[in-house]
Order: sequence, then structure tokens, then C-alpha cells
Amino acid sequence: MRQLGRNGVLLAPAGIWLLVMLVLPLVVVFIFSFGERGAAGGYVPALTLEQYANLPARWTAFKNTLILAPLGTVAALLIAYPLAYYLAVRCSPKWRTTLLILVIVPFWTSILIRSYAWIFILGGRGIPALLAMVGIDDVRLINTPFAVLVGIVYGYLPLMVFPIFVSLDKLDKRLLEASSDLGSTPLRTFWQVTLPLSVPGVATGCMLVFILLMGEFLIPAILGGGKVFFVGNALVDLFLQSRNWAFGSAVAMTLVIIMLVTVTVYMKFISRLGGQRDDISLM
Amino acid sequence: MRLYAISVYLFLYIPIGVIAVFSFNAGRHASQFMGFSTKWYGKALSNPFVMDALETSLIAAFLTACLAASLGTMAAIALQGVSGWLRTLFDALIYIAVMIPGIVIGIATLIALVTVFGWVNPMLAALWPEGAAAPQLNMGMGTLVAAHTMFTMALVIIIVRARIAGMDRSLLEASQDLFATPWGTFRQVTLPLIAPAILAGFLLSFTFSFDDFIIAFFVAGSETTLPIYIFSSIRRGVTPEINAIGTMVMAASLMLLVIAQILLRRGAAKSG
Repeated sequence: MRQLGRNGVLLAPAGIWLLVMLVLPLVVVFIFSFGERGAAGGYVPALTLEQYANLPARWTAFKNTLILAPLGTVAALLIAYPLAYYLAVRCSPKWRTTLLILVIVPFWTSILIRSYAWIFILGGRGIPALLAMVGIDDVRLINTPFAVLVGIVYGYLPLMVFPIFVSLDKLDKRLLEASSDLGSTPLRTFWQVTLPLSVPGVATGCMLVFILLMGEFLIPAILGGGKVFFVGNALVDLFLQSRNWAFGSAVAMTLVIIMLVTVTVYMKFISRLGGQRDDISLM
Repeated sequence: MRLYAISVYLFLYIPIGVIAVFSFNAGRHASQFMGFSTKWYGKALSNPFVMDALETSLIAAFLTACLAASLGTMAAIALQGVSGWLRTLFDALIYIAVMIPGIVIGIATLIALVTVFGWVNPMLAALWPEGAAAPQLNMGMGTLVAAHTMFTMALVIIIVRARIAGMDRSLLEASQDLFATPWGTFRQVTLPLIAPAILAGFLLSFTFSFDDFIIAFFVAGSETTLPIYIFSSIRRGVTPEINAIGTMVMAASLMLLVIAQILLRRGAAKSG
């Protein structure tokens, strides 16, 4: 009993903090999503499904998010996998730690500044200017879905490489030797041994990146120039510009529900594939 | 294979390099290199808006890191001795805190606190003695630190718990067998072993709070943090001054991260 008392005292501050700053806000959003917009903005109590019925008004934002988030996840996976494979299997152990740190480091620096860097590269005097020199004129890159996709892959690549590396690194290298001793071609070894065994890492990486992409605001705001916007951008607009709290809350609730459903279905699917999620830490 | 790896590293580092190079650009126009100069660093450092934003960001990050590291460590230690519904509840809350997008946390915190303050402020005014100005609760530094602490505390709990789980139990038993009090065991055995994780959590919290844009954008009220300043400047156009600020911010975060890495690795090596 004394034990519980002491632990209770230690837990109380964190518990209260989570209650006030996490549970309360989420409950408020839930309640507000059934309300109405006040005449001057804000929220008027009500119990209506009107806001949810109104969701199609923001269909473009949901469509963009639901297309570009999975697309960005897959693109990041395709670029990250060979690198993770190289780091875990091919590269010399002497360099491995340094190269790994070099992958993680950009992730912990401001994504705002890293996305901003692409304004330079994709903007008028960057790649389009280079292309003009070799005779390809009038290429527009900035403020297109492509720019947003590049920003996404760039921003979240480290988050994809790391878990895949962890699962490939744990893989027993003797299995690969056994496979080739038994006459498999390298390609067949990869398809039948390496790839299936790295499923947990792929699953973790995809989930982490997908979750972050669903709530993305900065990258579309900076590289999409108001033309390519996500649900996150719609939320900023609804809360800060039109001050429509009730509708904004409904959009936020919908986003969270879509995320939870997708992630749950995805995890079920992955566990049926026989993999299990690896718990990884990013440090 | 190796060529591929090199090109991915180029992809990762060229944009960072471009910013760093152009921050030394002597020309006014951000996208044409006109010779070497450090004048934009001088401009940035003498811009009062930049310095105010930097100060706000540093204060918020420091307070966040202190609160997150202490509350998170306390919770992580206590959670070791807790089971049943309380533990399930905490696990669920930490999971939700990390899972919910920052933008949803930001708007949810904004509307919840504005609503609560809307009720509390008139009450405070009514309860306050006549003549004296009643205190007003507003969005600002306090709410910013509170929101950042919520998220980073969850990270600290995860990091410190992983460290405690990796600890050698026999050391604790040995300490108890040698008649150390629980407090003595904690101070002389547990704390030194988890200290690197706590410090790493502190630095991560600091970096997160310092770099965060989206939560701060909603809950900082009239305060302007450095990322908010940078974001609104980018909207007005690309300038060499922003490149200089960006380069400095990245260099500073890199330093903190290298320190955090070294600490975590040393801690892991010590207790194997």
C-alpha cells in the first residue's frame, strides 16, 4: 500500500498534465464537432451532425492527403530500402555507425528549414534554370504535387531507413549463406529470405511515416504554395482564418478516425503476413 | 550499391548545404551567388525581431525540457511498480500523445484552453478584491510550455522506461541485500544508471520544443517563436538572412543531438 502511495505521488503530476493538456482538449474537440458556428466565429453549443454532413466541402484536402500520404510513404520506402540494405548487409562495419548517424541527423533538425531549402532547389533559379540550359524550357516544379512529394520523401526518409535497418541488421547472415550454398541466385535469396524477414522493419517505417504524413501541414504549406493542400492546411484555415471551430473540430475528428482505422487495419494485415512490429527508438 | 548509397546521402545533404552556402552570399538576391560575405549573419543577429523570437524559443525550450525531463522521469520510475488499470491507462495516454498529429494537438489545445479561460477569467475577476486588477489567463508562454511539455514528457517516459528495462536487476537486489534504504538504492544505483537517458530526454525535449512550429503556431498566443518568425518570413519571400538563421539553428541542433547520442551510447555501454 505504501508502495502504491509513493508511486501515486510520482505519477500524479504526469497524469494530471496528460489529463489537462491531452484528454481535455480531445474531449473538447469531440464535443465541438457536434456544435454550430457562432455568428462571429467560434462555437455555439448544439447537438447536430451538420458539420459532419458538411465534410464534402473539404473533399479536396482529404483527397490530396489520402493520395499523397500513401504515395509519399511508398516513395520513401522504395528509396530507403536499398540504403538500409546497404548499411546493414553490404557496408563495412567500420563505417556503419557513422553512416547511420548521418541518416538520422537531418531528421532531428528543423523540418521547416529543410523544406524551405527545396524552395531554392525547385524554384525558378534552381533545377528549372539548369534544365533550361540543356534546352528544356518552362518546367514548373515548385507549388506542384511533385514538389510536395519530394519534400515529403526528403523530410521523412530517415524515419523509414532506421527501422528497416534495424530488422535487416538483426537478420542472421548465415541464412543468406545457407540460401546461396543451396544454389539460390542472389535475387532469389533476396525475395525468399531477406525481404520476408525485413517485413517488421518495413511495417514500422511505413506506419511512422504514414502517421506523420496524415497530419502534415508545413511541407504542403511551403512547397505546395496553397495549390496542393492537406487536411492539416484545411485545419489551419478553418481555425485561424474562418474561425469555424465546429466544422474544424469535425474535420479534425474525421482525420483522427481515418488515421486510427487505417493504422488498425494495416497492423492486422501486417500481423497476418507473419511479421510483428519492432519497437525501435530513434536515438 | 555503393553509388546508390552515395546518391541518397547527396539527396539528404545537398539541400542543407545549399542553405549553408547561400547564407554566406554577398548579394541581396537569395538565389544568385555574388561572393562570400558574413554580413547576413550580422544582419540576423542585430535584427530585434529575430533576437526576441530566439529568446522566446530558448526560454520555452528550456522550461519544456526541465519539466518534461523531471515529470517524465518520475512517471517512468513509478510506472515500474504499477500494474493493472493505472498502467494500462498510462500506456494508452502515452500512445495517444505520440500518435495524434501535432496539428490536432495544437488546435485542440487552443480551443479547449480558450474556452476554459473564457469561463475562468470572469470568475477570477468576480472573486478578486475590489480595486486590484484581477489576473487574466491568456494564451502565451505558459500555454506554449504546457503543450510542449505534454508531448515531450511522453517521449521522456518512453526513453527512460526503455533504459530502466535494460538495467541489470541484480544490481538493485545487491543494493538491497547490502541494507541500502530504497532511497539510497535509488540515489546510488538507479539514478546513475538512468542519468544518460534522462539527459538525452532533456536534450530531445529541448530540440523538439525549439524546432516545433505547428503546436506553437496555435498555442503561443501573441508570443513569436523562432520557427513562427521563419515561417512568416518565408511567406514574404526567400532572403539570405533566413538562410543565415537556418544555418545557425541547424548547427545548434546538430550539436545538441551529437551530445545526446554520445550520452546514450556511453550509458548503454556502461551497463551493457
